[in-house]
Amino acid sequence: MNVLLTRRLLPWSTTVGLLVLWQLVCVVLRVDTFILPSPLEVSRSLVQNTGLIMVNALQTLMTTVAGFALGVAAGMALGLLLGTSRTVYDGLYPVMIGFNSIPKVAIVPVLVIWFGIGTVPAILTAFVTAAFPIVVNVATGLATIEPEWQDVLRVLGARKWQILMKIGIPRALPYFFASLKVAITLAFVGSVVAETVAANAGIGFLMMTASGRFDVPLVFAGLVVVGAMGILMYEVFARLERRLTFWAIRSGDLIT
Amino acid sequence: MPSVAAGAEPRPRRKALPADREPIIRLEGASLVYGGPQGVVALMDANLRIDAGELVAVVGPSGCGKSSLLKLVSGLHPARSGSVVVAGRPVTGPLKICGMAFQNAMLLPWRTTIGNVLLPLEIVDSHAARFRRHRAEYEAQARELLATVGLAGFEDKYPWQLSGGMQQRASLCRALIHSPELLLLDEPFASLDPFTREELWDVVQDLWLERRPTVVLVTHDLREAVYLADTVYVISPRPGRVLSRTTIDLPRPRRLADTYKPQFIDVSHALREQIATGARP
Repeated sequence: MNVLLTRRLLPWSTTVGLLVLWQLVCVVLRVDTFILPSPLEVSRSLVQNTGLIMVNALQTLMTTVAGFALGVAAGMALGLLLGTSRTVYDGLYPVMIGFNSIPKVAIVPVLVIWFGIGTVPAILTAFVTAAFPIVVNVATGLATIEPEWQDVLRVLGARKWQILMKIGIPRALPYFFASLKVAITLAFVGSVVAETVAANAGIGFLMMTASGRFDVPLVFAGLVVVGAMGILMYEVFARLERRLTFWAIRSGDLIT
Repeated sequence: MPSVAAGAEPRPRRKALPADREPIIRLEGASLVYGGPQGVVALMDANLRIDAGELVAVVGPSGCGKSSLLKLVSGLHPARSGSVVVAGRPVTGPLKICGMAFQNAMLLPWRTTIGNVLLPLEIVDSHAARFRRHRAEYEAQARELLATVGLAGFEDKYPWQLSGGMQQRASLCRALIHSPELLLLDEPFASLDPFTREELWDVVQDLWLERRPTVVLVTHDLREAVYLADTVYVISPRPGRVLSRTTIDLPRPRRLADTYKPQFIDVSHALREQIATGARP
């Protein structure tokens, strides 16, 4: 058996299997389209509304990526600070935990007061949702450097910034890339949540208007599109991770 | 610096020792304590002097403060009391004339073998500026050094693609690449199998005979100490004290067959006795 081929096909066959199951449940139990549209109905809606969905999907993608980019920049900077300074770590970490515990949907109204309805609140919501895992991971990567590695450089008379450049940052990279994969999917959560509350474009907005017209298949079509975009972006960063921190992921096998 | 000898050698040999023979390392009543006032005393009232170009071994039971001695000398950890003077200056922080190899190779997994070996050149002041402009030259030097320890052909492999012994060889090269005056070896062969270990003894001996740095080798292997060292210091169990200083007067280069000769066995045995009596409460 070709193991690699099997591994490649497995996600697709699982997806198809779940869709078939969904379709069967709808047909056999005669579920009302208003409650749960079948995959066939959803795909029909996808085809019928292609133009509308494309425009809004693009809007959501741009919003998400913009917020995510901000999140990466801020997350890296803050992570570096937290990971290298005990004072900053002790002072800021509890505040950050508190901030992250606030449901992001709750800050959207505040953002609307500040910036009005539109793209900006969605970008900012994506930003604050994405930043947290990056901060935590970068800080962890920096804070868990083996002291022996630092000694290797310290005996040579290395300064603190040299230790950071030669060991700290490379050592934190696998943590950073692992967090990017989580952060990009969270960024979608943030932007779509904000769009459902306070926007006039985007998949979240489309879903809200569709549900207002009781067009449930279109609501589900929106969900499917967001999910697909999430998988796509995740894959982009997973590949980037494999390329740049291959030394940390030596075997493709999971622990079994 | 005026040079009398004509003809350029690739690496300058160490100058003849000055007449007064000021030791390169001098510890006087040095103590090292981990933790606060009630901390663990790792090394107590240590007195020793090591001459430039000498190969010294420090032996003792595990946990006796052998490694702490290196922490003092390298400046990685300050002395609680007493004085530590290296190369004529009191040690106040990490020195810049050291190369150090540890019990674990501690190679950086994101760098190739040669990248790891070149690391000190990117850090040490006297090389860093030159290194950026003459990288190729330094790389050739690193390849040559790797070849002398039997790692030719493995320069571009990553550490996790090497065996434990190979990693330790690379680690030795990293400690030597910047031609340090002082080479500190902290049980570098302890985690290796006996065959590899003995092979690396010869690597170290040959490198030392060629370059003549001052070497402080910490080990719990008496045969290793006698095989390599000019002088062996024995340290007592915690809190570590320097119990004795033994000069090993065996001719060099020493070869593995010598370790089975009565003279070698007698010296090792005498050291073993010292550790046994010292360990008695």
